[in-house]
Amino acid sequence: MSIFTLLRLAFRVIARNKARAMLTVLGIVIGVAAVIAMVALGTGAQQNIAKQIASLGSNLIILIPGTTNVAGVRGGGGSSTTVDVDDIDALRREVKSISLITPANRQQVQIVAGDANWGTTVQGTTPAFYTVRDWPVETGAQHSELDEASQNKVCVLGKTVATQLFGTDDPIDKWVRIKKVPFRVIGVLLAKGQSPMGTDQDDAVIIPFSVYRQRMAGTQRDQIQAAYAAAIDANSAQAAVDEMTAVLRQRHHLRESAEDDFSIRNLADIAAASREVSDSMTLLLGSIAGVSLLVGGIGIMNTMLVSVTERTREIGIRMAVGAKARDILVQFLVEAVVLSAIGGAIGVLFGWWVARLLSDATGWVTVFDPAVAALAFAVSGAVGVFFGFWPARRAAQLDPIDALRYE
Amino acid sequence: MSDTPVIDAVALRKVYAAGDTPVVALADVTLQVQKGEFVAVVGASGSGKSTFMNLIGLLDRPTSGVLRLDGVDVARLTGNQRAIVRNHKVGFVFQGFNLLRRTSARENVELPLLYAGVPARAREEAARLALTQVGLGDRLEHMPNQLSGGQQQRVAIARALVNQPALLLADEPTGNLDSATTREILKLFVDLNLHHGITIVMVTHESDVAAVSRRVVQFKDGHLVLDGPPPPEWTPAIGVPWRQAAKVEAA
Repeated sequence: MSIFTLLRLAFRVIARNKARAMLTVLGIVIGVAAVIAMVALGTGAQQNIAKQIASLGSNLIILIPGTTNVAGVRGGGGSSTTVDVDDIDALRREVKSISLITPANRQQVQIVAGDANWGTTVQGTTPAFYTVRDWPVETGAQHSELDEASQNKVCVLGKTVATQLFGTDDPIDKWVRIKKVPFRVIGVLLAKGQSPMGTDQDDAVIIPFSVYRQRMAGTQRDQIQAAYAAAIDANSAQAAVDEMTAVLRQRHHLRESAEDDFSIRNLADIAAASREVSDSMTLLLGSIAGVSLLVGGIGIMNTMLVSVTERTREIGIRMAVGAKARDILVQFLVEAVVLSAIGGAIGVLFGWWVARLLSDATGWVTVFDPAVAALAFAVSGAVGVFFGFWPARRAAQLDPIDALRYE
Repeated sequence: MSDTPVIDAVALRKVYAAGDTPVVALADVTLQVQKGEFVAVVGASGSGKSTFMNLIGLLDRPTSGVLRLDGVDVARLTGNQRAIVRNHKVGFVFQGFNLLRRTSARENVELPLLYAGVPARAREEAARLALTQVGLGDRLEHMPNQLSGGQQQRVAIARALVNQPALLLADEPTGNLDSATTREILKLFVDLNLHHGITIVMVTHESDVAAVSRRVVQFKDGHLVLDGPPPPEWTPAIGVPWRQAAKVEAA
């Protein structure tokens, strides 16, 4: 029998009992839909994470001083005073695998412009910041080395801050006050969006590091809260981390056995961490989908067994007119596969629809991958073969005489 | 090849292992049926006639003995080979018609050709021809439930003949039919036998049906107890030419 004849026969039999067919394939539908929706969301999330990580700057390395440990009370990352400006200068001089390094100290402030005000983070950093963080200005200019040297009171606003203080007006050359110190706005940064941790990166104001030390840092003017460095290329990120670690350990006179009193992370670590989270999500949802497919397969097996019993007479007739055992086996197997493939097809459409719905409702990015849809469809077909085989074999092994006499 | 018997059974034996005591359903039956014969198989239920039918129809295997169908030794074939022989050499007609439900007359008739691997176009043509031959040329696309009992049995006969088998095997073909329809079907059998040379073996328990045949074989307790022309005291359900000839000879 040609495959075309077999398929036509299978579709006809299934169409005779649509309600039963639909209930039978429900498990497959849910399983496949879960896979499709999960992968669409997961891929979207991965892309989001990748984009956010890229938004931190290329080849970025982050240095944070270690935790303080005063009589057992640990202060948390960045709370200690273990890294100072001299350390940064030493790193800049001695570590060959970084091209740039800049301190980035920050604090929460209230920024005032005319009668508008806004609570935000002020960040004191050097002009290298714009390159290291890969963060150019949208309008105006970055602050320069001259601004650093002359301690010019200029600032570059993050997009959010600019909007909050000036609305649609152009903020360039306007004045703002931070901690009662007047600053001239010289630029607005390009909008960057959320960081991988979910904070709004555009809610910040950049001022020259020299001004920050002088006017904002109070007594802690030599301390570094964080520093950003750029590896010379992506391949030397790990080498840069190792060299920086070596330099700082030596400067801090740490013994072999002592722990680092700072932490240095590169983007690869951060990316790996976030991938781990989404991988475990994928695994979880994948196992749900797997269980669902299993249950769906058992549903198909059940229906096929019932169908074989109901159609014992038909099987007898077919055998009497010359059907071989193999013909009967193939007929029922094709029926099971068609059934599960219908479930798979509905599942693909349903999953895609669910992903779209979720993305509309939550704003998550979803990515529909045709290859995944094809794979899910193929797996549902395989479920049909696997769970349809036993019922089909039972049909094929019926004794023609008994089958013909079956009432 | 014309002298090759359609059925050649030698010491055909079938024993069922029912519980502790084996039941001998067929005890060493030797029988030949030649091409063009019209044989009625009669006997009470349990006489072994159904077993005999199942064996020559290749639905069952003999315990021992020789069985040749149209010259082919079929006693020890594999399941697949038996299916092929069933497909090519035997056409079945059953008491309960045994048509596939919700499947048109044409598609029912096409069924044996489907398993013979005949292409769609040729199948359809052959089915149309066979149905026309049994007088249902205008009912090709009717479903079985849209046809009368007699018409359904005609579809079954068309299906049995479509592959041009050596043997038409009919198991109580009129058992479910009223007397008018019975006559109609028997006329068709006589016509097929007389004008198309089709070999027919027909199981029946009705003497007027059996009397239509040219030869009656009777089973009792698994043994062949009678083999010859229908007894003259049996009145055939329809008039048959060979019966007339026999009467003339007798006179």
